[in-house]
Amino acid sequence: MSALAVAGAIEAGLLFSLVALGVYLSFRVLNFPDLTVDGSFPLGAAATAVAIIHGVDPFLATAIGTFAGCCAGFVSAYLNVRFRILNLLAGILTMVALYSINLRVMGRPNISLYGEDTIFTAFEGLIDLGIWTTSAILLVIAVVMKLLVDWFLGTQVGLALRASGENPAMARAQSVSNGRMTLVGMTVSNALVGLAGSLFAQSQGVADVSLGIGTIVTGLAALIIGETLLGSVKVFWATLGCLIGALLYRLFIAAALSAGFLGIQAQDLNLVTAVVVAIAVILSQARRNSRFKLWPKMRSLLMDTQPQKG
Amino acid sequence: MLRQKITAFAAAALLSATVSGGSATEMTEVAITYIIDHPAIDAARMGIVDELAAGGFKEGETLALRVQSAQGSMPTQLQIAKEFAGLEPDLLVAISTPSAQALQSTAGDIPLLFSAVTDPVDAKLVDSIEAPGGNITGTTDKQPFGPTLTLIKTLVPDAKKIGVIYNAGEANSVAQVAALKVELEEHGLEIEESTASQTAMVADAALSLAGRADAILIPTDSTVVAAVESVVNVGERAKIPVFASDTDSVERGALAALGFDYYKLGRLTGEMAVRVLNGESPAAIPVGSLDTQDLYLNKTAAAAMGVTLPDDMLNKATKVIQ
Repeated sequence: MSALAVAGAIEAGLLFSLVALGVYLSFRVLNFPDLTVDGSFPLGAAATAVAIIHGVDPFLATAIGTFAGCCAGFVSAYLNVRFRILNLLAGILTMVALYSINLRVMGRPNISLYGEDTIFTAFEGLIDLGIWTTSAILLVIAVVMKLLVDWFLGTQVGLALRASGENPAMARAQSVSNGRMTLVGMTVSNALVGLAGSLFAQSQGVADVSLGIGTIVTGLAALIIGETLLGSVKVFWATLGCLIGALLYRLFIAAALSAGFLGIQAQDLNLVTAVVVAIAVILSQARRNSRFKLWPKMRSLLMDTQPQKG
Repeated sequence: MLRQKITAFAAAALLSATVSGGSATEMTEVAITYIIDHPAIDAARMGIVDELAAGGFKEGETLALRVQSAQGSMPTQLQIAKEFAGLEPDLLVAISTPSAQALQSTAGDIPLLFSAVTDPVDAKLVDSIEAPGGNITGTTDKQPFGPTLTLIKTLVPDAKKIGVIYNAGEANSVAQVAALKVELEEHGLEIEESTASQTAMVADAALSLAGRADAILIPTDSTVVAAVESVVNVGERAKIPVFASDTDSVERGALAALGFDYYKLGRLTGEMAVRVLNGESPAAIPVGSLDTQDLYLNKTAAAAMGVTLPDDMLNKATKVIQ
């Protein structure tokens, strides 16, 4: 594997660690299996790309992409809270709708940002680490976002959010509005995903309507790999796990792509994806006897078996 | 507990450590990538490889060839682009618009050829068709729809409304439909649009045209072409003649196509590849396109869709499928 391929994997890993953080907030903290992600990721990319080609400052354009992600998350949560649509379906509906919305936002299926100003070109001349420059900028962003999520989950609102996800009845008894918490959590979660999409478009130079395919799979895989390695109880470790999980996941894909590795070819990629996630889940089962409770609901969703008592 | 963590870490570290590249340096290296596996893209790829062989670059002998498909995933396409750029081959080839854009941002000073890109200027791949500039050139699959519309009018004289099925999420198709609308108007025809974002939705899109359209025209859209049988099925049941824009679709059951042979486009791209490998700069090679259109007719489909194929047309055809 060449240095450039490793750099590419690290860039993608850091980008998807933001998705993993968002998925951590929805799936894990809020207990909301949110499929909006496949739509909010390209939405962030689309909104940012359109803003940039219209001459908007890249930093403002990034903020616009992030805000667009917020809106997507809010819609899913609102459908669920206000209209009592099952959370899974609310996410699916928003995701499906976003495909058309993304086409509308961009006005065409594909916008090239080649040669345009992005937040990465803004750092040109300030930092020069060769092929690692983009990775370095993304690393700073990912770590800052991780720490922000840590901080957020420690605030009054964040604690209420966790309580609401962990035990809604108890949270209600403490006069926490579960509905409001769902709205807040989903908005923040999809803001992170929108930001990831925005940065993806800028670092890779293109926004495409098909960008979102499989985002949730990558996010979940990263989350699960991270939890398997670092545990899922302490927020600090769980969010760090998102970063490390996403990096490992993308490195594995890069490895699968490079020649001669276990005879894996590009057409086997999706199989590799599935096998990696399966191995991660199996490893996490081995932890069953540990004191960590591994989100029973998610596991039963993934494995189609009732979680056993640990 | 701790041991498990260490084992897991070690396994992960091993995975990333066991990967090291290394290929023969004596041979000319060419790397080809494309966004998704589909008949037109495969045909173009075969054309490129065959033409390279004809030009003295035979796979396994004088040519080390790397081929990778992104399986429809943009992030994977970008990873492939980095992987390829890191290999520093003598030439990069991208089939389809997103693949070309992904390679463009990583290629650096490695020459890059694209194929099957409908609008390379709009995709910001080249400055202009005549003088690409930069290190990139290639072939476009943009084709005039006029002759096809004349063909439709000949075979279905009372056709007024032409149904068009395409994926609105595909840059190539949107560019084609925009051009088609202009030509339809010139021919006094109306358009009935129907879109499918996945191959599984193509059948529904075709069904929605039953009763709305007098004939169906499929552009060179990878989503729809991948499920052209679904459209043919609807065409046969509803007696709506189905026209395609690529000849391969006729062999798969469409009535007729005045089109485009992606294999030939691939060969044209291959010719450029040989020129570049022999030292020419891509900047000076104009973007190529096919100026010939081959007429393919399908007799079985004609019978099923209720169309009579005139004898002079059958004689003119490049290929008639029985």
